[in-house]
Amino acid sequence: MKRDIDNDIKTTPMTMIQALRSAMDVMLGRDDNVVIYGQDVGYFGGVFRVTDGLQAKYGKNRCFDAPISEGGIVGTAVGMAAYGLRPVVEIQFADYFYPATDQIVSEAARLRYRSAGDFTAPLTIRMPCGGGIYGGQTHSQSPEAFFTHVCGLRTVMPSNPYDAKGLLIASIENDDPVIFLEPKRLYNGPFDGHHDRPVVSWAKHPKGEVPDGYYTVPLDKAAVFREGADLTVLTYGTMVWVSEAAANETGIDAEIIDLRTLWPLDLETVVESVKKTGRCVVVHEATRTSGFGAELAALVQEHCFYHLEAPIERVTGWDTPYPHAQEWAYFPGPDRVGAAFKRAMEA
Amino acid sequence: MSQSTPLSLHVPEPTGRPGCKTDFSYLDIHQAGDTPRPPVDVRYQDTAALATGMIRVLDDDGNAVGPWDPGLDRDTLRFGLRTMMKTRIFDARMVIAQRQKKLSFYMTCLGEEAIGTAHALALKDGDMCFPTYRQQSLLMAREYPLVDMVCQLLSNEADPLKGRQLPVMYSVKNKGFFTISGNLATQIPQAVGWAMASAIKGDTKIASGWIGDGATAESDFHTGLTFAHVYQAPVILNVVNNQWAISTFQAIAGGESVSFAARGVGAGIASLRVDGNDFLAVYAASCWAAERARANLGPTLIEWVTYRAGPHSTSDDPSRYRPADEWTYFPLGDPICRLRRHLIRQGWWSDADHEALQAELEAEVLAAQKEAERHGTLIDGRVPSAASMFEDVYKDMPEHLRRQRQQLGV
Repeated sequence: MKRDIDNDIKTTPMTMIQALRSAMDVMLGRDDNVVIYGQDVGYFGGVFRVTDGLQAKYGKNRCFDAPISEGGIVGTAVGMAAYGLRPVVEIQFADYFYPATDQIVSEAARLRYRSAGDFTAPLTIRMPCGGGIYGGQTHSQSPEAFFTHVCGLRTVMPSNPYDAKGLLIASIENDDPVIFLEPKRLYNGPFDGHHDRPVVSWAKHPKGEVPDGYYTVPLDKAAVFREGADLTVLTYGTMVWVSEAAANETGIDAEIIDLRTLWPLDLETVVESVKKTGRCVVVHEATRTSGFGAELAALVQEHCFYHLEAPIERVTGWDTPYPHAQEWAYFPGPDRVGAAFKRAMEA
Repeated sequence: MSQSTPLSLHVPEPTGRPGCKTDFSYLDIHQAGDTPRPPVDVRYQDTAALATGMIRVLDDDGNAVGPWDPGLDRDTLRFGLRTMMKTRIFDARMVIAQRQKKLSFYMTCLGEEAIGTAHALALKDGDMCFPTYRQQSLLMAREYPLVDMVCQLLSNEADPLKGRQLPVMYSVKNKGFFTISGNLATQIPQAVGWAMASAIKGDTKIASGWIGDGATAESDFHTGLTFAHVYQAPVILNVVNNQWAISTFQAIAGGESVSFAARGVGAGIASLRVDGNDFLAVYAASCWAAERARANLGPTLIEWVTYRAGPHSTSDDPSRYRPADEWTYFPLGDPICRLRRHLIRQGWWSDADHEALQAELEAEVLAAQKEAERHGTLIDGRVPSAASMFEDVYKDMPEHLRRQRQQLGV
């Protein structure tokens, strides 16, 4: 892991919100070309408070409010990036990115290609995603597969404060456009899917110990979140914690791979683990059909077929809009994940 | 009001269709010289009359009249004429090359040459244009080498864009020419963003975004107006109203009862409607807008009224949807003829000069084409390598693209 800090690293307990804010604080301080904007992100500091205090510290030139126009936010960011800035823009909820689709898919993602490197778009588009907060169908979606389907984008989703800060700094420094998805159920603490149990905070959690200064987590490396021998879980974001709960509750020794960056994928780590365990369960919160899990299952099949001892299992959200009152019937909690583990072991 | 009558849908129609002559009175053309020139710090609401009127300098006899006359010197005017003629000759030559199948596709800007040419002269080096596919005159005015243009059109081994883009979708950063997208209107918020960046950095450069009348219906256009107004971005937003978006008359884009420039006033932006076939008016209005932007007075919207004299592209046959001779009757005429008449009237040009320049430019274009064809054409298959298709998707090639390149066997 690349680190640009002293050996005696000073760390502070941070929530994911604080860690993300710290990443932007660090980059605003290090690079005059970093600018941050989006709906409510300036004076108020964002509806999730991620940019709180940044305008006061760096001024309105560097952190400001934007009109309610995702297409305009991303479109202007493409222009700024073409000028030479490194814009970090916030889409208030991932559910709202659709009006910006043309600017993301046809413009940001292809600027380098279509101009043969004459113009580039080094921008980072942050967006809170995922459910578990009673957000209903317009505040709960996990649209990562829309982005992994687009050539030229990098799609990132952290599962903890340490990674969130390091990945966001790496994203801002990266010369390709990055979609940075933030599982909002993890903003304040790890979440194992048991919504009826007391909320856990990051304060006492080792992954909530975050270096104060600059460091990066590489964009092309998955993390082995939990080593295990029985089966491999390919997952990311909130489902990392749900998968861990399922492993603990079933007693199945799952090796959990936290992809961290979905695309371009660290296929090597994935293949190595599946070849070791011979079984694979893909877990994500997004809807099932044409979800990123389908790509993962296909890749595992292509690269590990003769090592597989069981069909690849997929645990996902149902193919319905994200419901409000029925949220916990929709959310793929530890029981559904654990059942998939058992099927994979029994096959 | 108790009586109920059946409702009916209004679908705008042009007055002219094949076999039916166009009534151009809808253009609401004003006399040259009759429009006042306000100071550059004018309030946006005080440009309302300018946004529905029409700024014109050249009258029908080739005289420069009124407060917008920029008083250009002989050499600048001659350079303008030369650039417009070069653009037209180049376009004509490339249409022939497309018919010969040396390139797949082409788009001329016939009849619109004054707009990009004079606008480019009003900008400075370092200013960035975000053009559509019909602003090749910007590149001509900035003297981008013709050979490089033709190599892009031929998609050959020397194509600066490595064969990835349709012909005419140039990208020339060092000439202030942003990479052209085929998706319409996307460049408008981008131009605004580039201008915002210049302001954020305390730079002195300005941006100039371009769009056609048809694409103003896209949300990106209106979004761009909002952001330009909100942040008072140093940007010029140009709407080239050439009356036609492929077969769609400008009234279908919303130009029937209100000018495109008037939309700027509604968004809080100083706005002008200008005779786009009048080289002097284009130059003067562009300078006015550029001065506003550079003085931190914010954006300006300019509607350039012109006529797309050619087909939309080499894939289009306009005689199917409009009178084939419509341009002949277009009241704002031909920009090259009008500037030529003015130069002759000034005593700075002659028919003999014109013929000599025509021959010189034809030879220059032909020589550039021949030079470019040495690097291949679509016919001889000397196009960029298939392996290069995998480059520039990301800054560094990821593993999955290396694998796919190997699968292709290149």
